[in-house]
Amino acid sequence: MTALLEVEDLRVAYGKIEAVKGISFSVEEGQAVTLIGTNGAGKTTTLRTLSGLLKPTSGKIVFDGRPLTGVPAHKIVSLGLAHSPEGRHIFPRLTIAENLQLGAFLRKDAAGIEADIRHVYDLFPILGERRKQASGTLSGGEQQMLAMGRALMSRPKLLMLDEPSMGLSPIMMQKIMATIRELRSQGTTILLVEQNAQAALSLADQAHVMEIGRIALSGSGPSLLHDESVRKAYLGED
Amino acid sequence: MNELPQQLANGLILGAMYGLIAIGYTMVYGIVQLINFAHGEIFMVGGFGALSVYLALPAGTSLALALPIMLLGGIAVSVLVGIAAERFAYRPLRGAPRLAPLITAIGLSIGLQQAIWKWYPDGKQARVFPQFKGHSFEILGATIQRGDIFVLIAAPACMIALGFFVAKTRSGRAMQATAQDPDTAKLMGINTDRIIVLAFAIGAAFAGVAAVAYGLRTGEVQFRMGFIMGLKAFTAAVLGGIGNIYGAMLGGVVLGVAEALATAYIEEIPGMQQFGGGAWKDVWAFVLLILVLLLRPQGLLGERVADRA
Repeated sequence: MTALLEVEDLRVAYGKIEAVKGISFSVEEGQAVTLIGTNGAGKTTTLRTLSGLLKPTSGKIVFDGRPLTGVPAHKIVSLGLAHSPEGRHIFPRLTIAENLQLGAFLRKDAAGIEADIRHVYDLFPILGERRKQASGTLSGGEQQMLAMGRALMSRPKLLMLDEPSMGLSPIMMQKIMATIRELRSQGTTILLVEQNAQAALSLADQAHVMEIGRIALSGSGPSLLHDESVRKAYLGED
Repeated sequence: MNELPQQLANGLILGAMYGLIAIGYTMVYGIVQLINFAHGEIFMVGGFGALSVYLALPAGTSLALALPIMLLGGIAVSVLVGIAAERFAYRPLRGAPRLAPLITAIGLSIGLQQAIWKWYPDGKQARVFPQFKGHSFEILGATIQRGDIFVLIAAPACMIALGFFVAKTRSGRAMQATAQDPDTAKLMGINTDRIIVLAFAIGAAFAGVAAVAYGLRTGEVQFRMGFIMGLKAFTAAVLGGIGNIYGAMLGGVVLGVAEALATAYIEEIPGMQQFGGGAWKDVWAFVLLILVLLLRPQGLLGERVADRA
């Protein structure tokens, strides 16, 4: 069986500075795959390239059997790739309900959209309670829930989450991680970028450690969680 | 001598025109953070478009009959020029330093003026714009010319239509999303290039409507008319809070009324006699702008830019 997402020797540069220096990995259907690493390792750049916001200098991206390189960003979501960006980027002056509807911008099935919005409210009841509120008034954690919910609204084949735990309180972070685990158990394929290695590794089937634009180490989530070098570098152990 | 109701009516009529033009500045700024300084000329060519349609109609066609077609002609010319400006002048410069599109806008503005001057028949002089004949109306103590009824109906109608479009339609929602966060809008599947064209087109269409109103009010169109009207409308957009469509109309009306009142009443203030009258009206308009920028830099309806990270 071929993988849902296949990345081969991907290189991305900002001007002359190469941020991603030839990485290869794949995501199988139903898997949760994580990219971990420090700031500046190229994780966010990788996701932004996959969703078409950045153009790679070389390399291959094949998603669901189609090459993605050269496809404009606004067409990629319709192929089944949804991206919840770093820093949440909800539309602050639109309401929660409007943000969720925008997540389903290209869908035409009104009834299905309504059902999916209700599903997001089931997943995150606080969003349902505040559906008419401008989303800029939400707390950071609530905005993160909204960003994830909005990404789910396109019914993606692959959900890409960039730093969902960033800047959240420990309780909120646990809640978000529990939700990702729940989504995964429901069969959603997930590509998760995280700085919080502990949380990411504990729920990932497959994990890749990125260091300054390259994949330094790959393995199953649990195996990397117990890998000594990973523990030293990313889990703060001596 | 000058009665207050009359001055308010004059200000309102002028302000409605400023507001219609200001929409174009504010929408484009709201989406691409670009001040389209050629927008005054997009207004101007709309006036010539409407005039051309009138001249092409059989002689003796009543203006009431011709007006809807003239309006369409004016809008069409403004929109075509607006879209062409976006496509060929501004789009290639997206991502360039901000000075580049600004200089381009000024060049475009001069180019459009000179094109009318050189190539429009008798374009070097003011061209007569058709006028409604018949007596004026008395409304609440003010005398309203027939031609001015047009803008008093068109401006609110345009605002209601735009408000509905932005708030209730799919494209309007996409436009709001693009204004707030263009990259994320792309992630939703929104073709932001199309939304930018749409913003230019709507702004240009409103400028076309304003140009017809201007022709009906002043009885002429000429190649330079876009300069001061554009500058005033830009002032109105800043006054109302740039990026906010209702602010643009409010700013226009406030500016128009302030200008009319200053023209009529400043000279009655002791010691200010020499600053009254029409010659000083532009000065008072810009004094108002400076005051607003000092006291409320975000404009009347603008919000301070402070989104959560």
